[in-house]
Amino acid sequence: MTAEMAEPASKIELPAGVGGGGEIPTFNITLRVRRYNPEISEEAVWQDHQLTMYGTDRVLDALHKVKWEIDGTLSFRRSCAHGVCGSDAMRINGRNRLACKTLLKDLDTSKPITVEPIKGLPVEKDLIVDMEPFFQSFREVMPFLINKGHEPTKERLQSVEDRERFDDTTKCILCAACTSSCPVFWTDGQYFGPAAIVNAHRFIFDSRDDAGDMRLEILNDKEGVWRCRTTFNCSEACPRGIQVTQAIAEVKQAILARKI
Amino acid sequence: MQVHKYDVVIVGAGGAGMRAAIESGQRARTAVLTKLYPTRSHTGAAQGGMCAALANVEEDNWEWHTFDTIKGGDYLVDQDAAEVMAKEAIDAVLDLEKMGLPFNRTPEGRIDQRRFGGHTRDHGKAPVRRACYAADRTGHMILQTLYQNCVKHNVEFYNEYYVLDLLLVEEDAVREDGTPYKQKRVAGVVSYDLASGELHVFQAKSVVFASGGAGKVFKTTSNAHTLTGDGMGIAFRRGIPLEDMEFFQFHPTGLAGLGILLTEGARGEGAILRNSEGERFMERYAPTIKDLAPRDIVARAMANEVREGRGCGPNKDYVLLDLTHLEPAHIEAKLPDITEFARTYLGVEPFTEPVPVFPTAHYAMGGIPTNIATEVLQDNDTVVPGLFAAGEVACVSVHGSNRLGTNSLLDINVFGKRAGVAAAEYSKTADFVELPEDPEAFTRSMLTGLLDGTGTERVAQIRKELQDTMDANMQVFRTRESLERVLNDLADFEARYRNVAVQDKGKRFNLDLLEAVELGFLLDMAKVMTVGALHREESRGGHYREDFPDRDDVKFMKHSMAYKDNSVTAASSAESVAGIRLETKPVIFTRYEPMERKY
Repeated sequence: MTAEMAEPASKIELPAGVGGGGEIPTFNITLRVRRYNPEISEEAVWQDHQLTMYGTDRVLDALHKVKWEIDGTLSFRRSCAHGVCGSDAMRINGRNRLACKTLLKDLDTSKPITVEPIKGLPVEKDLIVDMEPFFQSFREVMPFLINKGHEPTKERLQSVEDRERFDDTTKCILCAACTSSCPVFWTDGQYFGPAAIVNAHRFIFDSRDDAGDMRLEILNDKEGVWRCRTTFNCSEACPRGIQVTQAIAEVKQAILARKI
Repeated sequence: MQVHKYDVVIVGAGGAGMRAAIESGQRARTAVLTKLYPTRSHTGAAQGGMCAALANVEEDNWEWHTFDTIKGGDYLVDQDAAEVMAKEAIDAVLDLEKMGLPFNRTPEGRIDQRRFGGHTRDHGKAPVRRACYAADRTGHMILQTLYQNCVKHNVEFYNEYYVLDLLLVEEDAVREDGTPYKQKRVAGVVSYDLASGELHVFQAKSVVFASGGAGKVFKTTSNAHTLTGDGMGIAFRRGIPLEDMEFFQFHPTGLAGLGILLTEGARGEGAILRNSEGERFMERYAPTIKDLAPRDIVARAMANEVREGRGCGPNKDYVLLDLTHLEPAHIEAKLPDITEFARTYLGVEPFTEPVPVFPTAHYAMGGIPTNIATEVLQDNDTVVPGLFAAGEVACVSVHGSNRLGTNSLLDINVFGKRAGVAAAEYSKTADFVELPEDPEAFTRSMLTGLLDGTGTERVAQIRKELQDTMDANMQVFRTRESLERVLNDLADFEARYRNVAVQDKGKRFNLDLLEAVELGFLLDMAKVMTVGALHREESRGGHYREDFPDRDDVKFMKHSMAYKDNSVTAASSAESVAGIRLETKPVIFTRYEPMERKY
């Protein structure tokens, strides 16, 4: 339970220069985007744009600048633009990130910033990939609460500790940054991939759920958790900071523990 | 022509759409059409909580919640609808818990609750802990939980299908008093498949609109790029009125300059607002509940502080959200996402520095008018059989002139569920309405007009100018002059829109074309909002006219209803704006008499 806090002061002395360091100057970048449109050519090409950008601009702003001011044919998905909807995972300077969460000033702007689609899923056009195989794996782990007990009239009880047990994996936004950063997934599209395992973990370790064994059986499959080579790409790629590799390791341990 | 037949078609896969789909999908053959993938909807950006008088941590009851909702909406709320929402809130939360939503818990293992703006104990005596929450990602958890349950129930989704037209037919009918009228009936929708560029007609007995808001008419907004008023715009073009569109909510705490939302739950957990003098200024504007006053009051107070020279930063154009007196561990546990937003996007460390904030366009209180059964109205009383709406696209009206925080997550669950049940039940008793001849004609001509256009105007440039004028003239403070400026600008934008250039001429994933279509909806919505604001010569809730600073219950205690009407020209009357006819609809009262709104 939250302790009641003391009432804050009506007036305080604010430190000098409070609230950010003022304007960050403009800077120039080269945005190098992987372009592909099978209506025009089967071959993907790199295209460079020189852009002047501002202090708080993100890679998504640079992409919008190209699309809105230079070349309307550049195609990419985006929606919320602040890292919660999961639409704009892409490979930026060789690493999977969300374009809306990657500030340009945090990248090396002396070199071209490369942007290409996430790997391992079929490219449809420019930065847009076919997400269906990704969601198919998600659906296969039974990503929903299964409870066989009697339904209470009010809520099911869950202790603070039991709720905390799976907190990390509830943060997943299904952006596919983890799965499409995984070298195993690149070479074997049948592998469930980190995101599906994360979403299985979210239920396996939820004290209210009764279908953990079924999910562990699914993930004990030859295309399941044992394909993971623990390269940690997924944890590094996750824009929500989920400890993906650890979640996979916990699922592996759970499978072993139940076998004994 | 590709025609699909379903009992129920749901337009939109956010909270309201998927909540409806869970009900409808188990009762009738249902398809969900969504312009995004299901979990991309902006429901997922909601943070703070969902109110319900569970009384898990302190005394509460749904009648107090009803009262707060009505008072929060400055008495423009339909009171029967507010009662339904507050009463069904409790089951709505329990339903979500049973579906698996990981709410934060009390030490006893019950769903934990926290304070939120305008939610009070016993009719305004003190803030009450009513908001059920999952850290500061409650909307994310609702969206994920609903999608998980759609997967469980094998709901059929058509992803990246943009619905661009509503197929209505009109029949001659006679009212009880003998007057003839045109009865609208729903036949289906027309959608555009983004992947292939093909049109698909969906014939349906019931259609549920759950397509969200229109926040992108503004520049500074918490809304997603994709919230372009499509659903409202489609209905409006087909002769369905739009209710109370002048009421738009500005959320007090958007990250300054960016508009990214920082939950009111921060203030619920003890954060406060300060001006450049370090003063907790809300003590002057709302002495009883201070920083937890409803959003319209806090947003205006912030804008007023800035206007009177007490803003912060190099341009003195924002105020500060101060969390520095709170325990870092407490912030980390309850507000992890928003603290990360402050760090990522502004480089501010909220544990030690106050965060620059300013009001951000957040939520359309108005929308497609419905009754409490979620049936869409074609005028004040007449239901369109088979057509339903729920969530931000709809106006029930539970939010009146100002929505309370958390009541949107509640709205989508309560009325989304009602819509799903009602649409499925209706489909069991109804026959398909015959499709009009060449049902794609309207959509096809709109798209080919844009694709074949040889104009020079850029979509993004017009949209930017639209958003600039809306921020400058239609925001927290409005006057006749500022609103007339918007209408003048809109006339210019509309002319230029007819001369717009789409560069991408292809079929695959032509988002360039869709952005042009969306701009058309944005222009229509901006106009409806502004015309409503011009006519409402009073100040109420989220609509503040500096030239009419008081609420005027005699003239304006009524909903506005805007109809598309090409017979109206600017010369029709002194107040007329071409193409829009404004009428009014009575507010429904049950037990609460309007009082002066003080906190």
